[in-house]
Amino acid sequence: MDAEESRPDAPPPVPDGSTREVNAAAEPGSGPADPRGEVHGSTPTRQGEKAEESKVGRLKAVLAGGPPPGPTRPGFWRSPIRGPWLTSVFGLVLLIGIPVMFVTGLLSYAAYNPDLAAVNDQTPDKGWLGFYLFSWPTDPSWLYRLTQGVHVTLGVVLVPVLLAKLWSVIPRLFSWPPVRSVAHAVERLSLLLLVGGALFEFVTGLLNVQLHYIFPGSFYTLHFYGAWVFIGAFVVHITFRVPVMVRALRSRRLRTELRTDTAATVPEPPDATGLVSPRPAPATISRRGALGTVGLGSLVLFAVTAGQSIGGSLRRTALLAPHGQEPGSGPNGFQINKTAASVGIRATDIGPQWRLVVRGPGHESILTREQVLALPQHEAALPIACVEGWSTADQHWSGVRLRDLAAMAGFPGQAPEVFVESVERGGSFGSTVLRANQVQDPRSLLALRVNGADLSPDHGYPARIIVPANPGVHNTKWVTRLTFGAAS
Amino acid sequence: MSRLPSGFRARYGASPLHLLLVLCSFALALYAGVRLLKGDTVGVAVWFVAAALVHDLVLLPLYTVTDRALQLLLPGRDGGSGARAGGGWINYVRVPGFVSLLLLVVWYPLILRRVPGFQLTTGLAPGTFLGHWLLITAALFAGSALCLLVSTVRAARQRQPRARKR
Repeated sequence: MDAEESRPDAPPPVPDGSTREVNAAAEPGSGPADPRGEVHGSTPTRQGEKAEESKVGRLKAVLAGGPPPGPTRPGFWRSPIRGPWLTSVFGLVLLIGIPVMFVTGLLSYAAYNPDLAAVNDQTPDKGWLGFYLFSWPTDPSWLYRLTQGVHVTLGVVLVPVLLAKLWSVIPRLFSWPPVRSVAHAVERLSLLLLVGGALFEFVTGLLNVQLHYIFPGSFYTLHFYGAWVFIGAFVVHITFRVPVMVRALRSRRLRTELRTDTAATVPEPPDATGLVSPRPAPATISRRGALGTVGLGSLVLFAVTAGQSIGGSLRRTALLAPHGQEPGSGPNGFQINKTAASVGIRATDIGPQWRLVVRGPGHESILTREQVLALPQHEAALPIACVEGWSTADQHWSGVRLRDLAAMAGFPGQAPEVFVESVERGGSFGSTVLRANQVQDPRSLLALRVNGADLSPDHGYPARIIVPANPGVHNTKWVTRLTFGAAS
Repeated sequence: MSRLPSGFRARYGASPLHLLLVLCSFALALYAGVRLLKGDTVGVAVWFVAAALVHDLVLLPLYTVTDRALQLLLPGRDGGSGARAGGGWINYVRVPGFVSLLLLVVWYPLILRRVPGFQLTTGLAPGTFLGHWLLITAALFAGSALCLLVSTVRAARQRQPRARKR
């Protein structure tokens, strides 16, 4: 491929004025931030054209099997630090990070108990993709805080690594000829699913946590099925690339690289991966510098994001994350997923006319708020954790145990599942079904008060569900009816 | 036995294992993809393909051109090109610039106030993010300037003793 540079229709940079100028300007550095002069590579093209290369000549070159001028020529890509070792370092980070994201994502889906009832399932067409579903536990109470906090924060932190990885393999996108064999063709198709799937997942996830719903459909549908489209291509990719990655990582010592400054930075030896530039520009950044820049990007993203999942005094450090500030002060001054106003709750819905209906087979009680307050009250310290990744520290809730309400509805022993309905109008989460293990847990409450005060309207006044380790949207607010022993 | 795979390899371009694994992944992708594309089929397909290309064909050319422009603008320490081997000032701009733009790319809907319902939904003030981003950007460049100052002073000190010896 390097021989390409000596083809008559694409002379290597010759000492003509324009070339020199471009060369001086283009020394590519590298690092994801810096796009080392790829554009620069277009020089031969311009020269070729200057040399009165006709369209016919170019066509001939194409037909002869050589790459046309431009990015398909290896010499177009000039970063001296691009190479299999650097790519493999980014690849290794993603190899660890992406499976963690996939697993925590699957756990989040399981946490909704979608197999329990249709109202719990945002992706009812899932078929076999729900093969792994299990009863979501209530212990530890911070389980969903942890899994979803990791899922979202890790996703944010991996963005620069993913971009750097894509930067590092850009010559492969333009490899020539575009298709070498059937195997190469299917591999490229697989890469479309890999790269498209990865970015589709990152983009929909990042937009969703910022409530920027511009994607074409339900977030749950897109993110869940998108993940499955992606993961097959990911497994194929790692199966065939991990050996290459291991070889590349062994080819250089990390410690040595971390001691090599820009002046001493030289390209990796050319190899079959086609990543090493045959025409490298002088280094403007070392591999250490490139890794450090990407690492700094991840670190800063972590610093301005993680606080929303840790809470307490660290929440304020989440300067750019959606839930980095407190909505207010006092007992009800903690994070709100959706305010009463945003889901159309009217004052009359939750005023003195509000009633709680508790149903079981052949049983129905209708209670005023005073009557609910007169039932035995219990306390539980539990967090709120949202699918968007943010969560709160434990809040001190008090109210009636769900299993006491189950007993009232005719289930004095083992509590069954319960269908919970809110006064919310429309919306995806106006009702939900909680599993028997969730109802049975002594910390699961129909809460009336929090942190020593009545619930505020935004936190679900007059009464809301709070269940340990439950995804936030299943801790239904403004509850008006509980139907025990009957999945929706 | 060994002949069959090698003949296969010549025609297909890789091992049978490669073909089987890829077909397996395609079947899974199709199974999930049918469900993914249900509804707004064209919209989702466009988003998926655009996602595959957005970095390589949009972001990469953009940041490459920006970086080259920077290299043209910034002289090296020796007065030559900023891209002279060994660096120059370029990385003192690149690194904070990269981090700042990265924050913008990740959190742009909030920073640029693209989310009209944010306050109504969460009860949180929507106007804080732009200010935070600008202050973080200022801090990043200030930190970089400090690093440059330290490195310049250090370089000057190293030069002085040598000059005296002469």
